[in-house]
Amino acid sequence: MTQQEALFTYLQRLGDTSLILGHRISEWCGHGPKLEQDIALINISLDLIGQARNYLSYAGEVEGKGRDEDKLAYFRVEREFKNLLIAEQPNGDWGQTIMRSFFFDVFHYYFLHELVKSKDEQLAAIAAKSLKEVTYHLKHNADWVIRLGDGTAESHDRMETAIEELWMYTGEMFDMDEVDHILIEAGISPDLSALKSKWEAKVQEVFQEATLTYPGEAWMQSGGKLKGIHSEELGFILAEMQYLPRCYPDAKW
Amino acid sequence: MDKQEWPLWEVFIRSKNGLSHKHVGSIHAADAEMAVENARDVYTRRMEGVSIWVVESNHIHASNPEDKEAFFDPANDKIYRHPTFYDIPDEVGHM
Repeated sequence: MTQQEALFTYLQRLGDTSLILGHRISEWCGHGPKLEQDIALINISLDLIGQARNYLSYAGEVEGKGRDEDKLAYFRVEREFKNLLIAEQPNGDWGQTIMRSFFFDVFHYYFLHELVKSKDEQLAAIAAKSLKEVTYHLKHNADWVIRLGDGTAESHDRMETAIEELWMYTGEMFDMDEVDHILIEAGISPDLSALKSKWEAKVQEVFQEATLTYPGEAWMQSGGKLKGIHSEELGFILAEMQYLPRCYPDAKW
Repeated sequence: MDKQEWPLWEVFIRSKNGLSHKHVGSIHAADAEMAVENARDVYTRRMEGVSIWVVESNHIHASNPEDKEAFFDPANDKIYRHPTFYDIPDEVGHM
């Protein structure tokens, strides 16, 4: 595998995770529990979709076959998507949506902190812009984990359930393969194994304040990011997301 | 589920350094921290500001509309309260 091929794959992994999570969160538009929280979630969703555009446009350039961000987002099939499985998990209740974002935000925050040092200038620039957005995502969602975990008996139980549902998808964030090793060697991407202890410490700190149980070591599901093997959820997301551009290619609005 | 409404907060935004905070609207929030975040999410999406104040609406005391005449009409004929009422001697120059 050449470095160019590795970078193309890597950019799709980053772009797809932001795109799919952004799409998932956008499903809350008009359904948030309060107007204020509806807008807060949609702001986050738009941040993520903006990041996805940056990564996927760059991926298209790196590939050099004339595909732009839209071609990559709307005209790849399920097995070609390289997002983390946690991004495609259903919204569930408000607590589950918050918990899913929180797990990812903690990772995303520490990850971008490293990615800004990338020797690839474009990637470093995308990371610097995204980091400001993600710093707020993390604050917002950590605050909500604490509110709901340390809230009423019902909100606490729902957050515990959300942890049980999502915990097995948290390990995949740290998975690496040849793509990572090539780019780490070139100083382009960070070593994810170095982020794991920071992620654990932050999640533990927030869970402690939220009076929630930290699950610890467990069996972890993987396969989305490295192999493009997804849960049944992704097909439904793509069906909705890709319907219009596939029915009306090059439609303008 | 408890359907109790969150309290209402008034939001003030300073559009840039040097200007004063201006009332822009209101939001609902459970406490001050959430109020600042909600204000950020609702009122600063288009680069409207550099600083946010929030205050719970029930801490704001307002004048009574019925007192309008007694409160505000007496100022109508006191034009000498405006600086433009006075002629400034030429020697003073620009003020």
